[in-house]
Amino acid sequence: MATPILQVENLSASYRKNTVLHDINFEVNGGSLTGIVGPNGAGKSTLLKTILNLHPSLTGSVKFFGLPFIKAKKRIGYVPQRGSVDWDFPTDALDVVTMGLYGQIGWLRRPSRLHKERAYEALDKMGMADYANRQISQLSGGQQQRVFLARALVQDADFYFMDEPLAGVDAATERAIMTILKELKAIGKTVMVVHHDLQTVEDYFDHVLLLNRTVIKHGKTEQIFTRENIANTYGGNMRWMGEEQRHAVHSIE
Amino acid sequence: MTYTAWIILTAALVGLSCGVIGVFLILRKTAMMADAISHTVLLGIVIAYIVTREVSGTAMLIGGILAGVFTAFLVQWLHSLRVQHDAAMGIVFTTLFAIGVILIATSVGNAHLDVQHALMGEITFIPFHMITLPFIGAIPEATALLLLVLAVILFFIIAFYKEWKITSFDPALAASLGIPVILMHYLFMGLVSVTTVASFDAVGAIMVVAMLITPAASAYLWTDKLSFMLVLSGSFGVVSAVTGYYIAAWIDTSISGSMAFATGLVFMISFIFSPKHGLIAKRVRPAETM
Amino acid sequence: MLSILLNSNTGWVLLSTMTLGIAAGTIGCMAYWKRQNLMSDALSHAALPGVVIAFLLIGEKNLLILIIGAAISALIGAFLIQWITTASRISEDSAMGMVLAIFYGFGIMLLTIANRSAGGNQSGLDGFIYGQAAAMVRTDVITMLVLALIVVFIVFIGFKEWKLYLFDGQFAKGIGLSLKGMNTLYTAVLVTTIVIGIQAVGVILMAAMLIIPAVSARYWTQSFKIMILLSAIFGGLAGAAGTLISALGSGLPTGPFIVVVGAGFFVVSLIFGKEKGILIHYLQFKLHQRNQQSNTQTLKQEG
Repeated sequence: MATPILQVENLSASYRKNTVLHDINFEVNGGSLTGIVGPNGAGKSTLLKTILNLHPSLTGSVKFFGLPFIKAKKRIGYVPQRGSVDWDFPTDALDVVTMGLYGQIGWLRRPSRLHKERAYEALDKMGMADYANRQISQLSGGQQQRVFLARALVQDADFYFMDEPLAGVDAATERAIMTILKELKAIGKTVMVVHHDLQTVEDYFDHVLLLNRTVIKHGKTEQIFTRENIANTYGGNMRWMGEEQRHAVHSIE
Repeated sequence: MTYTAWIILTAALVGLSCGVIGVFLILRKTAMMADAISHTVLLGIVIAYIVTREVSGTAMLIGGILAGVFTAFLVQWLHSLRVQHDAAMGIVFTTLFAIGVILIATSVGNAHLDVQHALMGEITFIPFHMITLPFIGAIPEATALLLLVLAVILFFIIAFYKEWKITSFDPALAASLGIPVILMHYLFMGLVSVTTVASFDAVGAIMVVAMLITPAASAYLWTDKLSFMLVLSGSFGVVSAVTGYYIAAWIDTSISGSMAFATGLVFMISFIFSPKHGLIAKRVRPAETM
Repeated sequence: MLSILLNSNTGWVLLSTMTLGIAAGTIGCMAYWKRQNLMSDALSHAALPGVVIAFLLIGEKNLLILIIGAAISALIGAFLIQWITTASRISEDSAMGMVLAIFYGFGIMLLTIANRSAGGNQSGLDGFIYGQAAAMVRTDVITMLVLALIVVFIVFIGFKEWKLYLFDGQFAKGIGLSLKGMNTLYTAVLVTTIVIGIQAVGVILMAAMLIIPAVSARYWTQSFKIMILLSAIFGGLAGAAGTLISALGSGLPTGPFIVVVGAGFFVVSLIFGKEKGILIHYLQFKLHQRNQQSNTQTLKQEG
């Protein structure tokens, strides 16, 4: 448990001329459930994408299980933001979950019945078994998010990265997702979640990473998630503070 | 086979190939790439002609594929330099097309290539260029080429079916699973180019866009299942091609133009009457569209 | 070169392609900010049936009538794209592709019929559609000039309204600007520019006249006003230079040369442009990377 399974050193990334992330250094231990928290424009999504090689980094290195991303890829699961795909795509929920297995199935082979069964089990776990054959555009936002979670589960990765899985979902879905995340943690998986709701951080995550273009603080939630650190993250740079966050900060104080 | 039968067969092959490949054009939101590629393929054909000095199917095919993939590459490159995606397309294809036209006007003369022909296609001439193949016998060259291209397309679509699906639906996930998203993109653009070149003789540069996009867009209104959408789109392509031929024969006009027009009829019917996404269906039960 | 200019008809043609370039460069900037670069391509193709129907109705090649026909047809195309996009799950680029190709196909059907009819083939309708600047006569040029000037004038007098409309439509609405009205006017101006350009550069290359100068201009400035000015200058220069080059040889097409000259402006802008050019961008990136590395220590202490 003590050996870090993710080591990020001196990472920086930019969009055009603007540095979005600079001097990012942190390590994550196995079996932890970490919330990545910070104001709009703090670079939360960019951090995930840069770690996962989906966005180019300017400097720095990222190691998973002591290996570069390319070699550890099979052990990593990624749940993009729900809005990143077109839900009008002609396919059903079961099929989307089966996509999580495409890496394992390999080239030139079709998903077998076994694969479909595994996908179905994952859907069932998310309480979505009844919707397996439903066209994805006919699912609610929360149901779509559950399908995405099920797809990550079926990948059976050791390390999960999730981009705002709780954004815009109903209360039942939020509970279902959190139950699963805690289960994953209980069986020794590691999860990092981009999160936007400050009020639930303490309930949901054992570790927290406060981000505003660089790591403000990172560590155990009970030690790190203090009013002062939050103010440093959100208040330190007024330019990045949106209306939404101002409310959030108020509600804590 | 009779003269008419060859023409109808050729037209149907165009409809089928374009219909199938068009589905992924729509789903990958790159419909206008069809427009771009269909224009730049002209440059590839002209250069192939200048190099080989003959109008040969193989040279044209290779030139066309290279031009198509080159177009895709340029557009992607400009886009990576933050030129708006559609602007990048507009710049690349008009420029390459203009170069093609200039080359025709200056170095090729009016030998065997003429712009108008390339733009409109001339399916009525197809049965005049017969070749003899083993097992099949005498067959028009363009038809044989289309058969070959159809086989290639079907092979790639079926062999990499799940990869096409995932790279179209969620490229970020595909990349994180280790599927070569970029390579698949260029392979797909290559397939679009092959289809376009093979359809060139029959329908020309611009009407091939109608055959690529419209049947697929129509099928998209009827079904929520990808495999069925492929079948439906291919069928719509064939129906449009054959209907187009008969419209043209009936009022004595351009066959390729009529085929493009017929795809429009198919779309119009789908747009109005589709039970899922049609206008009438939405009028009847507006709540379910949400 | 001088003898070409002295040839009075070439002078007229030159004037018209230059004015067309200026108008298209201006309107192109608006299309650029509306993120509708390829709309011009769809609409120029969609104009074809209108041209042929107008010709069939009046039986002669009268530029103004053909332009009116083209405009009506292009407007119907614009309306269909809008309608299909909003009323169904079809995306805008698919709708544009369909309208482009189907209208064009329908136009070709009609054109074949027109060419078959008596005298149709000699009418030069093909030349009109695929661009034949050299065939323009003085009355054509005057029609074009007047329409192009109207277009530029409309942009000029409503400059600050256009700017608001393009950058922040909702805000524009808030201060009492009619979005519907602006949309209509925008479409009208766009279609007018496209249809007057068809005869000079052809339906296929017309889009380039709107897209290329605007994107090129973007590389040199952050100001909307200067972008429009530059774009108009690029467009005008490309129009003039392309016409001159094509006049050097016999039977050379004008439109393609205009486009290639425009593309030349684009390549130069892309590489050397002061705002986002490759060269500047590369230098900035390198500088940035170096700063980032050397600053790391300092930042660590601050953090």
